[in-house]
Amino acid sequence: MRPFTYERARSPAEAVAAATRTPGARFIAGGTNLLDLMKLEIEAPAHLIDVNGLALDSIETTPEGGLRIGALVRNTDLAADARVRRDYVLLSRALLAGASGQLRNRATTAGNLLQRTRCPYFYDTNMPCNKRQPGSGCAAIGGFSRQHAVLGTSEACIATHPSDMAVAMRALDAVVETVRADGAARSIPIAEFHRLPGDSPQMETVLAPGELITAVTLPRPVGGRQIYRKVRDRASYAFALVSVGAIIQRDGSGRVALGGVAHKPWRVEAAEAELPRGAKAVADRLLAGARPTQENAFKLPLVERTLGAVLAEARGG
Amino acid sequence: MPKLTLTVNGASHELALDTRTTLLDALREHLHLTGTKKGCDHGQCGACTVIVDGRRINACLTLAVMHEGASVTTIEGLGRPEAPHPMQAAFVKHDGYQCGYCTPGQVCSAVAVLDEIKAGIPSHASADLAASPQVTAAELRERMSGNICRCGAYSNIVDAITEVAGRQA
Repeated sequence: MRPFTYERARSPAEAVAAATRTPGARFIAGGTNLLDLMKLEIEAPAHLIDVNGLALDSIETTPEGGLRIGALVRNTDLAADARVRRDYVLLSRALLAGASGQLRNRATTAGNLLQRTRCPYFYDTNMPCNKRQPGSGCAAIGGFSRQHAVLGTSEACIATHPSDMAVAMRALDAVVETVRADGAARSIPIAEFHRLPGDSPQMETVLAPGELITAVTLPRPVGGRQIYRKVRDRASYAFALVSVGAIIQRDGSGRVALGGVAHKPWRVEAAEAELPRGAKAVADRLLAGARPTQENAFKLPLVERTLGAVLAEARGG
Repeated sequence: MPKLTLTVNGASHELALDTRTTLLDALREHLHLTGTKKGCDHGQCGACTVIVDGRRINACLTLAVMHEGASVTTIEGLGRPEAPHPMQAAFVKHDGYQCGYCTPGQVCSAVAVLDEIKAGIPSHASADLAASPQVTAAELRERMSGNICRCGAYSNIVDAITEVAGRQA
């Protein structure tokens, strides 16, 4: 690990001011992803701003009847919250499908959104990677790409976003609240939060330098059967090959978001109109324009079949 | 170097550490509590699992300086050879290990798992999110998935935890 200086921020304003003042600074909360990357020197911040003391760790009901989830709420606490378990089952299920008990005890809501890809070429500093070293090339294209993206890819990058939680947040129309370096607050719909790789895969979100996530808000509950189904190589503690997060209403309408297939949680609202016609019709629209590699072409039928299983489960009760 | 105060197994320690020192290295290299093991050092194996302020975490993926004033329980704090914790005794009785390297992490994790179930924290294996989770083999396997045992003592580990849970109930 490269040397770095360290400070504890006591308020969001203090944290963003410190980030603005100090070149090469990063915020640290749970640290479960950042420290892993720092040990490999994939991340080498000159300064860490510890935001764990910012008191952003509560879940409050909003005036609209939704929830405002503090940025520092740990994955364990969010998944276990009685309101989330009752009204946002999809979110609880997605969180519980991710990582391990130890990691969920540390990992935060904001940090989960900001997780970096687990592409093995991003992690292997001997290999080219446009995300790690812009302009160096992409070793995943033409390499081992079984885990990689099939949608929204570019010539520069075929990495996936690894989060389960973000898939649920996308289906639930979450909004990311931030405070910027100049002190201004803004609200970013989750659909606009993560970027596709394009020709700058090192930029993964629309956050500006020094911008801090303070909360994630959920609109009032939408009901329905909420199912998160994750297909992976092990029964537990593995990243998704494909995951489907769905909210299916009694009349057959609903919402569907996918994980494990793109650089961001994948949702195509127009595809949801096809729900009454079944999984194939929805999958055809969701997967339109897919560009799989030879090694991950299996993800296309896997999405359709996983969605089929989810729809059957939703109908079953 | 930044200074910090840590309470480890009930004893207070003042440390002056490089910012890069993980909690795991602080325990092993500075406090010489070598019961906590370094396996992968990347949060994948669980050998470094300790209990911080009542919660199990990977000591390798957190910086010591982030835990000013925290209370840490390591395997040395759970029991001693002459007075083992019930979970340690159950691991011995059920042969819940072979080489033993992952065992301190397994035991710390297992103790915390039973607390988590008691606190009603659900898991991926919980069929009904509205119900209180129960101590079943499926629940234990899922909840212990962050602790890898290269010797493959998993079924005996589940037996050991199940016995302790039964005793507690």
